[in-house]
Amino acid sequence: MSRYWVQRLGFALLGLTALAVVVPMLLVIGTIVVEGMGAISWEFITAMPSDGMKEGGIFPALVGTLLLTLGTALVAIPIGVGGTIYLAEYARDTWVSRCIRLAIINLAGIPSIVYGLFGLGMFVLFLKMGTSILAGALTLAIMTLPVIISTAEEALRAVPTEFRTVSASLGGTRWQGIRYIILPQALPGIITGVILGLLRAAGETAPILFTVAAFFLPRLPQSPFDQTMALPYHLYVISTQVPGMPLRIQYGTALVLLALVLSMNLAATVIRSYFRRRRQW
Amino acid sequence: MVAQPRAEAAQAGWREFIIEALIRVLGFSTIGFVLLIFLFLLREGVPTFYEVSPSNLFGTHWYPTFDLFGTLPLLLGSALVTVTAILIALPLGVATAVFVREVAPDWAREVLKPLIEVLAGIPSVVLGFFGMHVIAPLIRETLGVPTGLTVFTGGLLLAYMALPTIISVAEDALDAVPKSFRDAGLAMGATQWQTIWRVVVPAARSGITTAVLLGMGRAIGETMAVMMVTGNAARMPFTLDSLFRPARTMTATIAAEMGEVAQGSTHYHALFGIAIILFLLTFLINLVAASTIFKKQRRGGLR
Amino acid sequence: MVDPKIHLDKVSYAYGDNWVLRDVTLDIAANSVTVFFGPAGSGKTSLLRLINRLNDLVEGTQMKGRILLDGQDIYGSDIHVPQLRQRVGMVFALPLPLPGTIRENVLYGLKLAGIRDTSRLDESLERSLTQAALWEEVKDRLDDPSTDLSGGQQQRLCIARSLALEPDVLLLDEPTSGLDPISTRKVEDSLFALKQQYSIIIVPHSIQQAARIADQAAFFLMGELVEYAPRKELFTQPRDKRTEDYVTGRFG
Repeated sequence: MSRYWVQRLGFALLGLTALAVVVPMLLVIGTIVVEGMGAISWEFITAMPSDGMKEGGIFPALVGTLLLTLGTALVAIPIGVGGTIYLAEYARDTWVSRCIRLAIINLAGIPSIVYGLFGLGMFVLFLKMGTSILAGALTLAIMTLPVIISTAEEALRAVPTEFRTVSASLGGTRWQGIRYIILPQALPGIITGVILGLLRAAGETAPILFTVAAFFLPRLPQSPFDQTMALPYHLYVISTQVPGMPLRIQYGTALVLLALVLSMNLAATVIRSYFRRRRQW
Repeated sequence: MVAQPRAEAAQAGWREFIIEALIRVLGFSTIGFVLLIFLFLLREGVPTFYEVSPSNLFGTHWYPTFDLFGTLPLLLGSALVTVTAILIALPLGVATAVFVREVAPDWAREVLKPLIEVLAGIPSVVLGFFGMHVIAPLIRETLGVPTGLTVFTGGLLLAYMALPTIISVAEDALDAVPKSFRDAGLAMGATQWQTIWRVVVPAARSGITTAVLLGMGRAIGETMAVMMVTGNAARMPFTLDSLFRPARTMTATIAAEMGEVAQGSTHYHALFGIAIILFLLTFLINLVAASTIFKKQRRGGLR
Repeated sequence: MVDPKIHLDKVSYAYGDNWVLRDVTLDIAANSVTVFFGPAGSGKTSLLRLINRLNDLVEGTQMKGRILLDGQDIYGSDIHVPQLRQRVGMVFALPLPLPGTIRENVLYGLKLAGIRDTSRLDESLERSLTQAALWEEVKDRLDDPSTDLSGGQQQRLCIARSLALEPDVLLLDEPTSGLDPISTRKVEDSLFALKQQYSIIIVPHSIQQAARIADQAAFFLMGELVEYAPRKELFTQPRDKRTEDYVTGRFG
């Protein structure tokens, strides 16, 4: 067989492996959409669960996830953006900055269930926050930091150095350069990073198992110190812990969670490509 | 020259001083968080080591109700599932990275890259749910095993969860191989196919190692999907058919049992003890992975 | 001679251990155009950037000697660096408009200085664009993106941006290197007009340009000041053989 045909065959095989990666994922999404579509209705989204969760909707779980994501954002955005500014604009290449980088890599690698235990030990028990939205959001926020920081740092570093020099040459302090030039230019990238971090928080189950999630709580939380249901945990509960659960409701719940996370993913992608095409440098 | 009112300038100066101090604190906060996490794991987990005898702790039976805290089956369960996942994900991931970076036409790349990112975003619990309802029955029927909730099912799901990481890091590694290497290969009369496997991939092997390590870290730490599809039997996986029998990982053990233990009990401490092992294990893996990245930077990069 | 605007006293400068300037001593007069010229790598750009302390942004450098502006040591501990840079403006080799509109570019320095008085901002905008010979071309599209301008217009915008701060000294580092002859001419013409008000130091992009615009010229070679003299003297009867070789093109 000629070398040319070996190459043709090889390339075809590589193409097939790429398909083997992507197609099963599309099958997952497709199956959940097809099977779950039937459950989706206005009532399913906006009603309390009833009859041991076998009837009614997922409203408190959806609201709980949105509140948790919001809380995570409130904590993670200032810390993440501040930390990124330090790393990209202030830190010099010393052992200290290497320690910070190592810490970020490490935070990114810590298993989500370990975050859950940490949240239980520190926020729920030691700081006596109890099982609450506050404890859950703090735990999720720390987990999302590495995602936000690594994406946002890339965005800050992509802004040309010359802008910093020009700003300084016009009497700008370092902070003014960051405030008026670097941050506005890097904003789309920062937003992308924040969304990517938050979608991870919205979809995670393990960190909220022992810090916030309620098995069944058919009312909305009244304060940050309340427990709440949450979509990913709810999906786990109804698919493993409740015998005789109608499959339709399970798929419906999975679909809502998937749609939430994928639409955040889509938003991040769109923002990134839109601004990449529009920027002037 | 432009005069600025003195008081206003001083005030602005103070504000900046405070902002910059705050930025510095936030910059260092990540180190603080890692230390805090480790500290709290130690605080709750260390008591295990004087409440439970070493022979019990490294024994082969995990039955907390009978005060048996043998972590070996859990360690082996995690190891088996992770190895299965990597054995599936490594060839798939590297081949896909090579395809995307070296072979695919532009349009295919434009389609594949975002799709792979989407894959990274699918929540673990959703994959676990799909695994339970679709993959597990499939495996049970095709292989004729008593249950579809097996090591292999878990490994398969984990492979797909590790794939986005492996593909993107491996792709960066391939990207870092200088064009001159490729040109040299082609100039010596090799086909593109030969150049890829004899020149480009070997040149990128440290990056590919990093990719596999990071994927492995991801797989070891994964919780929900594994818990939902591996069957959660804490048994020693020593027989040949272990791959198609249930097993139980460290992460799943914590997730399944922490909700029911009394705070401060030996069982509670033991679960934190497992978390310490997980923390150290992933720390080590990421440290090794990162050191190959840092090394590359010190050499001035391959670009 | 009246007191110099800028006095350089044995200035040396190194990146790491590589000394790119050695013991440069030089007086720069007010309201004139001073030219630093010499072959590439002779240290002229580094010297220029020392005068408004832009080299502070570069890591791993060291400096010896003193630079006095109006008799005050600009590396002294009582110097507020941003204020120094307001007094000593800088224009770079490439036109580097900031993202944003023409108006925002010109007024950027004033915004940083905390000036919000709109009538004053409008007045500064027109004055500095006029001084940079750009006003007529852009007055109807001040709120267009700065990147819509041609290269030559962008560079004059950058000059206007420095002038908006009403600096004492204007540093220009090969400001016409990327421009066509007509744009170059316009920039040079505006410099002639500007020296009534400002002390201008410029690194030219050619010997011809140096000879066209200089009042005084300083010739640098490998980090040393070889000769410093009024234009006529330096370009027609240089005292140093090396200067003569360079200005007559026999260098190399």
